[in-house]
Amino acid sequence: MNIHEYQAKAILSSFGVTVQQGKVVDRVEDAVAAAKQLTEETGTGWYVVKAQIHAGGRGKGIVTETGSHGVVLAKGIDHVEEKVKGVLGGHLVTKQTSAGGKKVNKVLIAQDVYYPGPSETSEFYMSVLLNRATGRNMIMYSTEGGMDIEAVAEHTPHLIFTEEIDPSVGLQAFQTRKIAFNLGLSGQAFKEMAKFVEALYRAYVETDSSMFEINPVLKTSDDRILAVDAKVTLDGNGLFRHKDYAALRDTSEEDPTEVEADSHGLNYVKLDGNVGCMVNGAGLAMATMDMIKLAGYEPANFLDVGGTADAARVEKAFRIILKDPNVKAILVNIFGGIVRCDRVAQGVVDAYKSIGEINVPIIVRLQGTNAVEAKTIIDNSGLKVLSAIALKEAAQKVQEALA
Amino acid sequence: MSVLVNKDSKVIVQGFTGSEGTFHASQMIEYGTNVVGGVTPGKGGTSHLDRPVFNTVAEAVEKAGANVSIIFVPPAFAADAIMEAAEAGIATIVAITEGIPVADMVKAKNYLKGRKVRLIGPNCPGVITPGEAKVGIMPGFVFKKGRIGIVSKSGTLTYEAADQVSKAGLGVSTAIGIGGDPIIGTTTKEAVELFMNDPDTDAIVMIGEIGGTLEAEAARYIKSTGNKKPVVGFIAGQTAPKGRTMGHAGAIVGGADDTAEAKMKIMAECGIHVVASPGDIGETMAKVMSAVAA
Repeated sequence: MNIHEYQAKAILSSFGVTVQQGKVVDRVEDAVAAAKQLTEETGTGWYVVKAQIHAGGRGKGIVTETGSHGVVLAKGIDHVEEKVKGVLGGHLVTKQTSAGGKKVNKVLIAQDVYYPGPSETSEFYMSVLLNRATGRNMIMYSTEGGMDIEAVAEHTPHLIFTEEIDPSVGLQAFQTRKIAFNLGLSGQAFKEMAKFVEALYRAYVETDSSMFEINPVLKTSDDRILAVDAKVTLDGNGLFRHKDYAALRDTSEEDPTEVEADSHGLNYVKLDGNVGCMVNGAGLAMATMDMIKLAGYEPANFLDVGGTADAARVEKAFRIILKDPNVKAILVNIFGGIVRCDRVAQGVVDAYKSIGEINVPIIVRLQGTNAVEAKTIIDNSGLKVLSAIALKEAAQKVQEALA
Repeated sequence: MSVLVNKDSKVIVQGFTGSEGTFHASQMIEYGTNVVGGVTPGKGGTSHLDRPVFNTVAEAVEKAGANVSIIFVPPAFAADAIMEAAEAGIATIVAITEGIPVADMVKAKNYLKGRKVRLIGPNCPGVITPGEAKVGIMPGFVFKKGRIGIVSKSGTLTYEAADQVSKAGLGVSTAIGIGGDPIIGTTTKEAVELFMNDPDTDAIVMIGEIGGTLEAEAARYIKSTGNKKPVVGFIAGQTAPKGRTMGHAGAIVGGADDTAEAKMKIMAECGIHVVASPGDIGETMAKVMSAVAA
């Protein structure tokens, strides 16, 4: 589960990770008061206004309505309102959003941490994630902070370091020291970095997270270490241990149809194609999408109806798929195991009748337990439903239906 | 011979008396699997499905001689169940449970390291050796006895492959569903290795999906054996968008190396017969086998 930067910073801060301070507002009228309060707390004279959306690349992104970037600097309290107006309420388009962008419902007004001081500032990259190959967590870090880490990985892979953590003992002090040395730090900044890494890893483990990405981690001009940005992904399967974090979910950031499907226990991902599909099992669902593509079309969605494909679920799934106006045909692909195909077939017929008019062709492929009986039910239903048993036959029927 | 489970396996069910455990234990018994009992803490000494219930796995091992365990325990307690089975000396643990927190699996995987135990799953359909033992939730009748080994991350896609292989006039030695989670006990490579060393397996169907590096690792291993046995491979998710989780927690494209395209390329380079369409698995295997025979 993804959360906003301001929520991520609040969580990190509660574990002792030092972060850039800020105030979140959702109304322009509150911006100046929030900025003044921030100055009282931190002494900052400049402010960074940051759009709060679930997508990266905000700094370079453009707000469609105003032309403003998604992260802007207000050089003084008198500029705060104008800068917030440019970002809040608009649609921010970044390289990670769709062309329509994401609506900015909240902005974070953050302290300026790049103030001048006794030494130069430096930016680093740091993430905590699972190494799937070893089944252990690792800290990935780089001296090349503040830029796209994928580009760093491609052009200068030797500047990316990893430190793997042994689950039986956890992160050790020699490891935090190694990280601070590899980042070229000394003196006060070295000590601060070691503390920062220790707190960050503790936060990762205790929050049941599946990814932390802090880019940049800043060494300030007075040798403090701060998380300037924070991307936190919580493990959805761990949320039962953190009821308070479940409330951080912002469904306005998600596709409304996906949210609705999720509330009915259907695993649905919207895609850009025109052939909808309804499948039992995630692997077979992906395979069905691939087959649609090989037949010369593009899948409109991923949809796993799960193990109990009864009439009510099939109907809900049909209604979800049909919300997408691009859908020109629907392929139902069920491999009946414990689920009997004749029951699913009856479910399809009942759902069809209950919805009334479905104006796109439906191809139903039922294989496995009672597949033949299922085909008879579909064929005798009098509905505009094409049936198939073999997988290849289903692909051909999709082509026939759309020809 | 087959691999992992056979007619001599003595199977216990952890989470025996729950609804999932009860349903699938009955199905396994009906199939002919030698289910010797089950474990539900607090219900030890009672009987369920005409089989004894034990309080601990250790007791099931001691009193019923169990050597295989299948786990239907809810996600919050599943990693604990895996570690309990390992500690009790169970040789093969099959974890069906979906939705175990990753942090719990980091601990469990570490706990299993160095022990003489094989974990299959979690989030998997289980293992079946047709005609001998079904230790999983798959529909048994789809799997006809034969000499093709199947290893797959996905449940229904495993059934699809088994069905196609059977309809192509071949059959299955053992089918292993390794699971779709980011951390799993047995990798694709390890499952393939079992089949390479199994005298009752002549060829292998290897089904993967986007995310991770398991298929590439298996492909390189297959090449290193000198392609001792032919392998037909398929990767699901050629049309999956980057950065989105497709049902299985582990099915997410992170970079350039874990796309379906990249995996299929490596597999083909390593001498695997890669099919682009999941509808071609059976036919391709039949062709490969008749070429071997000729």
